Amino acid sequence: MSASPPIVEMRGVVKRFGDLVALDGADLVVQEREIHALIGENGAGKSTLMNVLYGLYRPDAGTIRLRGQEVRLRSPRDAIASGIGMIHQHFMLIPPLTVAENVVLGDERSGPMLGERRLAARVRELEDRFHISVDPETKVEDLPLGLQQRVEILKVLYRGSELLIFDEPTAVLTPQEVDELFVIVRQLRDEGKTVIFITHKLREVFAVTDRITVLRDGRNAGNLLTKATNASEIARLMVGRDLKPPAARTPVQSSGTALEIRGLQAKSDRGAEALKGIDLTVNAGEILGIAGVSGNGQSELAECILGLHEPTAGTILIGGADIAHDDPKRTRERGVAYVPEDRRAEGLVLAFTVADNFILGKQDHAPFSHRGVLDSDVISANGDRLAKEFDVRPPNARAIVGNLSGGNQQKVVLGRELSEQPKLIVVNQPTRGLDIGSTEYVWERLLEQRARGCAVLLVSSELDEIRALSDRIAVMFEGRLVATLPAAEATEERLGLLMAGHTEGAPA
Amino acid sequence: MTWEMLVGASVLAATLRLATPIALAALGGTMSERSGVVNIALEGSMLVGCFFGVVVADRSHNIWLALAAALLAGLLLAALHAYASITLRADQIVSGMALNILALGLTTYLDYEMYGTTGTPSDLVAVPDLHLTFLNGIPYVGTAIGDQNWIVWVGLLLVAALQVFLFRTVLGLRWRAVGEHPRAAETVGVNVRRMRYAAVLASGALAALGGAYLSLGVAHSFTDGMTGGRGFIGLAAMIFGRWTPVGALGASLIFGYGNALSTSLQGATVGGVRLPVQLLGTLPYILTILAVAGFVGRSRAPAADGLPYETEGHA
Repeated sequence: MSASPPIVEMRGVVKRFGDLVALDGADLVVQEREIHALIGENGAGKSTLMNVLYGLYRPDAGTIRLRGQEVRLRSPRDAIASGIGMIHQHFMLIPPLTVAENVVLGDERSGPMLGERRLAARVRELEDRFHISVDPETKVEDLPLGLQQRVEILKVLYRGSELLIFDEPTAVLTPQEVDELFVIVRQLRDEGKTVIFITHKLREVFAVTDRITVLRDGRNAGNLLTKATNASEIARLMVGRDLKPPAARTPVQSSGTALEIRGLQAKSDRGAEALKGIDLTVNAGEILGIAGVSGNGQSELAECILGLHEPTAGTILIGGADIAHDDPKRTRERGVAYVPEDRRAEGLVLAFTVADNFILGKQDHAPFSHRGVLDSDVISANGDRLAKEFDVRPPNARAIVGNLSGGNQQKVVLGRELSEQPKLIVVNQPTRGLDIGSTEYVWERLLEQRARGCAVLLVSSELDEIRALSDRIAVMFEGRLVATLPAAEATEERLGLLMAGHTEGAPA
Repeated sequence: MTWEMLVGASVLAATLRLATPIALAALGGTMSERSGVVNIALEGSMLVGCFFGVVVADRSHNIWLALAAALLAGLLLAALHAYASITLRADQIVSGMALNILALGLTTYLDYEMYGTTGTPSDLVAVPDLHLTFLNGIPYVGTAIGDQNWIVWVGLLLVAALQVFLFRTVLGLRWRAVGEHPRAAETVGVNVRRMRYAAVLASGALAALGGAYLSLGVAHSFTDGMTGGRGFIGLAAMIFGRWTPVGALGASLIFGYGNALSTSLQGATVGGVRLPVQLLGTLPYILTILAVAGFVGRSRAPAADGLPYETEGHA
């Protein structure tokens, strides 16, 4: 053990929001020059603890010591002055400004005039020192997400931070970008920086960290050396119980084609070519996974099937009928269910109750309404039944959906979409932002539908999810399906390369 | 119809004259919206600028005091908007519209109380024209810009100064950052509230300068509702000009030219047919609608424009 005091020592930190206890005496000790994982389920208190350390929240109890000195951090300004920097999950970047402008904003260190050229030179110097490369004079909006993240890192380094907090940094990256990020993170450590890495992905913990703190329900659930532990131990500490083994996969009970798409083309909302000729089929009782980095046309594909997006060419056949130009209502009447990418914006009306959300789209016919008048008794009984069946917590159909956790919101969407025995389910990023427990639940439900003989088109940028659920995997890149593989042949490495557009050696 | 009617020196002189109040309102709008606050109370700021400039000119016979009063009045009205939209996070359109109605009611009432039916006195001190005598001998140019009001030149200077300020200075960078992504700006220590207050106050003063130009520079009097929607046209010019000071000036000149034409083409004929001048006079407004709808010169507003901002944390 090193003799010098730890760079961060948080003891007994308590933070309440009204009745909710977010942190219940949490401890965190981070040694200098280590990469420290802070891991836990959603709601375990990871972000709250880091926001306390970054001066955004004042703790109700507990102490913070930096290198042995007790400190009070009243604002991010205090934290930055103490050498703490945060790389936010949702980038805090200003798209129309240049890289250099974003890096220096708020701490320009020049006279009243900006002097763009001097700024760029200063940022380039910083880049050379930490082996991070991105053109300082490019506008941030023209950069891919992986490079935008480097700008965030540069911002923090520019302010002289010794301790860098990465808040779920890999959520928006391709596998290759994740690897590049790991290289940068290791280089930062080797240059003498300390890194706290917040995540709920076990793979990342093992790939890059030295030591692990597990949080559960606002307390420490474990303090581990990465070298001396394993995934199932961490998962057990996070969840507080053993995880169920994945459901045994039954072979596909194919009973014909449920969805057939031929030559589908569409433009994005901005007018760019989003789909450049998609051909695919999904069989009944099969899950077809669409892998790919977000923004390669997956959302347009899902929306075209539902009739939310107008294709410019091609056919979408369901039961022999071309539905390419049908509206969502007609498409749904053919037994198509849809779990949209953004449940808060597209899947739910947040201001409505759970019961009302369960009948969205079904409100205009019996049993929920008669001659245009809603039947509140039926709606409420239906709400109670589905809330119970889909394990919505709290099991109160009169709760406002906006107040539920992300996992429970998604259960409401599933309850509405899966309760009417659909023939085809289109799901887009069904577990984005969900914790392990909720993810497990969503997966089980989708596999259940598959076993029932339903066809599932699963769009996801999470490779783990795609590989856990799919029978076949198609990879989408720049509006095309660059390959379709049986799940058994789809290694992570192969998928990663295909997602980045490397098609050599892959079957067409 | 003659060339003289279309591009004569006097038409250009009129263009510059008519564009100035619009450009000042557009500058105000640009400064405010670049910080993320929509200020449609510019019309009101302009109107109180018109009125209180005249009142103080009448009482003090000092043009400097009159100008100061005009700017202060516009700034105070903007301060109400700033308080409602920044501190109280009210809907910025509703607040702005309420203040416009307040400004119109207040000035109309006070005008009646103070000057009754006789109108404002005819011997008001005024903002003088700047006679550029060295241009006298030069044809065209002399007539076009030789006798413009001081405020026209101040306005042009402000366009250049604010263009540099917004895009070349440290403070300008922070100003734009706050309008695009206030949270990002705050996480690096920029004070969002203070920046937005400054921006809204500045916008009120700029619009009021446009008002003072109308009452003290051109009309030498006050009449009820004399701004006639120039504050709103200024907002259109701001959009047309893509939220930049230089663009705002360009758009204002187009609107001013449209106005100037509808005067100079009065009674003009083309091939024996009389031009419908009244219809031509609507051209700037049609252009406005097209600009606002995005058909002319597609432009993008600051990303956080019009969105109230709540500081994170503080718990």
